[in-house]
Amino acid sequence: MSEPTGGRGSGAEVQHGGSPGRSRGSSRGGDRVMVPEADFTSYYGRPIVKAAPWERDIAYYLFTGGVAAGSSLLAGGADLTDRPGLRRAGRIGSLVALLLSVVALVHDLGKPSRFLNMLRVVKLTSPMSVGTWILSLHAPFAGLASAAELVGMLPARWQRGPVRLLLRLGRPAGLVGAVTAPPLAAYTAVLLSDTATPAWHSAYEELPFVFCGSAAAASGGWAMATAPVAEAGPARAFAVGGAAVELLMAHRMESSMGLSAETLHTGKAGTLIRASKVLTAAGAAGALLGGRSRLLSVVSGTALMAGSLCTRLGVYEAGLASANDPKYTVVPQRERVERGEQVRYQG
Amino acid sequence: MIGRKSLFGPLDPAADAGYTDAPKRKGFFTDTSVCIGCKACEVACKEWNDVPENAFEMLGTSYDNSHSLNANQWRHVAFIERPASKPAVDLGMPSVGAPVSDVDEDDKPDFQWLMSSDVCKHCTHAACLDVCPTGSLFRSEFGTVVVQDDICNGCGYCVAACPYGVIDRRRGPEGDPKVGIAQKCTLCYDRLTDGQRPACAAACPTESIQYGDVEELRERANARVELLHERGVMDARLYGNDPEDGVGGTGAMFLLLDEPEVYGLPPDPVVTTKDLPRMFTRAGMAGTALLIGAALSFVRRRP
Ligand code: SF4
Ligand code: SF4
Repeated sequence: MSEPTGGRGSGAEVQHGGSPGRSRGSSRGGDRVMVPEADFTSYYGRPIVKAAPWERDIAYYLFTGGVAAGSSLLAGGADLTDRPGLRRAGRIGSLVALLLSVVALVHDLGKPSRFLNMLRVVKLTSPMSVGTWILSLHAPFAGLASAAELVGMLPARWQRGPVRLLLRLGRPAGLVGAVTAPPLAAYTAVLLSDTATPAWHSAYEELPFVFCGSAAAASGGWAMATAPVAEAGPARAFAVGGAAVELLMAHRMESSMGLSAETLHTGKAGTLIRASKVLTAAGAAGALLGGRSRLLSVVSGTALMAGSLCTRLGVYEAGLASANDPKYTVVPQRERVERGEQVRYQG
Repeated sequence: MIGRKSLFGPLDPAADAGYTDAPKRKGFFTDTSVCIGCKACEVACKEWNDVPENAFEMLGTSYDNSHSLNANQWRHVAFIERPASKPAVDLGMPSVGAPVSDVDEDDKPDFQWLMSSDVCKHCTHAACLDVCPTGSLFRSEFGTVVVQDDICNGCGYCVAACPYGVIDRRRGPEGDPKVGIAQKCTLCYDRLTDGQRPACAAACPTESIQYGDVEELRERANARVELLHERGVMDARLYGNDPEDGVGGTGAMFLLLDEPEVYGLPPDPVVTTKDLPRMFTRAGMAGTALLIGAALSFVRRRP
């Protein structure tokens, strides 16, 4: 390679518009350097791939979608094992989360008709298309079960005619909602990974587990905070298991992502990820030790939800940071080429 | 049609998309060794395709004030200004012969320019097209990738998916009917259907942008690199020409005089959908684990 345009080392001599190729990222924050400073060339330090032009809505949607999915699962289980209080918490949680999800999605798209526009095709190569269909399959059933729950809270004299029918439909609808919930929790990881955004793409092995764990922790937390303590045993178990999976897989993810893992430790994303770990671990400990106390249930449930939200926001922000710094695009590709591992089609 | 190579590997994109009797695949060969940075391509593209102006800013980065490829910039000429590293070699630029210079060798400026006109690569495996949830992006009969403005939802998924950072959602100017809609080079689809060459290629005064059948362009590119190597320009290299590369080869290939990243191109991009089957498998495993986890939370205890 001849004179780099803006690589470290030569940057100083480049006079006219010399590229600040590698000035960003690791110089900021400065708390810890995870990977040795990478030497690379770029075009005036400008990004190579484009960051997703999404508002934070999408990050909130990742969270509410997880809560909706986990709550539907808990509601289904509670229904089958005869825990009316937990069932109610689950169904109402899923309703609230679904409504917020739809609001976030529609806000990001601009208008509701655009959601329908997505239903004009089924496209297996588009995780967004697949996700739209998963949501369209899950939401009506989960919504029906929630409606049945709400109707069941009405005074007995109103529960007549069509209302009775709705009550009957509650269980089957809730069970369909529960079965269609896991794809809803998992697909969002594919949605992020199937992009050229370095931090998201390089996380594709572990991200679904992080997101599913996060969904269990958040929905378990919600149910701990809202369901009667005596019935919330399964919610605590679900939350603790989810938190453990989330923390463990996030740890594995950070070590397998390579250079772009840096973005999970620096800047806004770094703060969010650190907060998510503390909150999730504290919430899980609270669920494990003080689950039978009303106050502790509410506190640790809230911590678990906040932890899950921070995970989503952190992963989202890390992705944007990794797209905006050309280092995360150039260096791993360059290193791969130099190792002689170019990506080539093999028979 | 889903075939074995639909997500990765060399194929004829038009045939893969279901066209029978499609014309030969069309594309660009941009020979940056003869680019003079005149920006005629940028202007012609804007004129023909009615692309509104970009934010006008003096960026102080050589002569490059048009930022990058984006929704309002379907062609972008990169100007790399840097210290001269080697003696000038005659690249065989089309010319009638420069007037004899009366500047002393020692007084000549000690820097050189690399210029390159960048554009959508019209990938064989186009991530933008594959991830679009509305079917707004489609493969044309010429093997190119085109956006249908009236179907695009503006979800921006294609923007994050393109490994070259080409496609973008239009942000302004205010009042433009296509604000919020994904925009990029169409390889002048409307001109191609009319048997004409794309506007940028027609406007290029040095034949730096050549348009034609991809197969033939590839041969021309190889011959040109060989010629430059013979003349001692050992840095000449091709980019995007290899059908076995990470995106199955591109419809727009480039002859570069330095590493791709110097021009703001990714060194060895891979279409993100190559890993999609694995991603769905992992998601399926995680989802199943979630379902089992939920079930286990209940079976272990009674209320
Ligand atoms: S370069 Fe980007 S926008 Fe162009 S076809 Fe390839 S993936 Fe699509
Ligand atoms: S922004 Fe438009 S073209 Fe791009 S993926 Fe979304 S709907 Fe498709």
